[in-house]
Amino acid sequence: MMRRVLMFIPVLLAVALGIVLFAGIGKDPTQLESALIGKPVPVFSLADLQDPDRVHHDDVFQGEVSLLNVWGTWCPSCRDEHDDLVWLARDEGVRIVGLNYKDNRDLALEWLDKLGNPYALSLYDPQGRLGFDLGVYGAPETYVIDADGIVRYRHVGVITPRVWQETLRPVVDQYAKEG
Amino acid sequence: MRPFLIALWLLIMPQVVQATTDVYPFESASEQERFRELISELRCPKCQNQNIADSDAPIAKDMRDEVYRMMQDGATDQQVTDALVSRFGEFVLYKPDFNQRTALLWATPLLAVLGGLLVVVGLVIRARQQGGAEPPLSEEERRRAEQLLRDRDGGV
Repeated sequence: MMRRVLMFIPVLLAVALGIVLFAGIGKDPTQLESALIGKPVPVFSLADLQDPDRVHHDDVFQGEVSLLNVWGTWCPSCRDEHDDLVWLARDEGVRIVGLNYKDNRDLALEWLDKLGNPYALSLYDPQGRLGFDLGVYGAPETYVIDADGIVRYRHVGVITPRVWQETLRPVVDQYAKEG
Repeated sequence: MRPFLIALWLLIMPQVVQATTDVYPFESASEQERFRELISELRCPKCQNQNIADSDAPIAKDMRDEVYRMMQDGATDQQVTDALVSRFGEFVLYKPDFNQRTALLWATPLLAVLGGLLVVVGLVIRARQQGGAEPPLSEEERRRAEQLLRDRDGGV
């Protein structure tokens, strides 16, 4: 009797291993969950991209659910998502705060001039200080920040209408309701 | 002329190599060593299978800079790793802390060894039991065995 039971152990182990491995299929290991989820946006003071004399602080996220989009003209994927960001801001009425990351002001302004400016507000972070505090490890990255300035979600990679519909919008709607 | 040039090159070369690795000046060799150990235990979030010492990613450089800056400010190893974990998550630790979430991770090697030992012990015990508990041949079986042996010897 004991031996019969023992015979099933390898089968059980194989099934357990199968379940563990199967759970990993389709997960993108390069998309890490942000360490800041549920925490306030890091304290910062950064110059405005358009107006170097204007300084913004972390209170720019107070009062309304916003997306914080990290981008740079050196980042080809940012070019890919730009048209969709313009669409999001114009047609979906989403408030997007831009974080121009490790970039050059003139190039950034030229880019917005040519391709359209989806940002309600643009922060200029040439040294990547806020980027570093946010844990940005590759642009583009987009954060959902609620009306109290708390980070609720991070999306690493390009934003497409599908990513918006399936991933970001539910989060934005949830926190828009609460606020 | 040529031997001279080679000799000159050999003389200069080590300094050049030194110059590229020695971007972060430290006051003591032990601090230098501490820095080297810290950056070799932190994982680059961009190139996920490299530590920040080996990675060329810009973010890895930012992280090295931050480790250096904090060390110059007198931070302990724990403070340095905590600061990076608070930004990039536990992912950056090649040696994760021992807590509820990582207990199974840390325990797995031990569990695997213990499991293997149990199997080996089980096999040994069973082999011993079977060896000793084999019943002797009955009278009937002994006769048949003798018969078989005799037949074989006679047949050859």
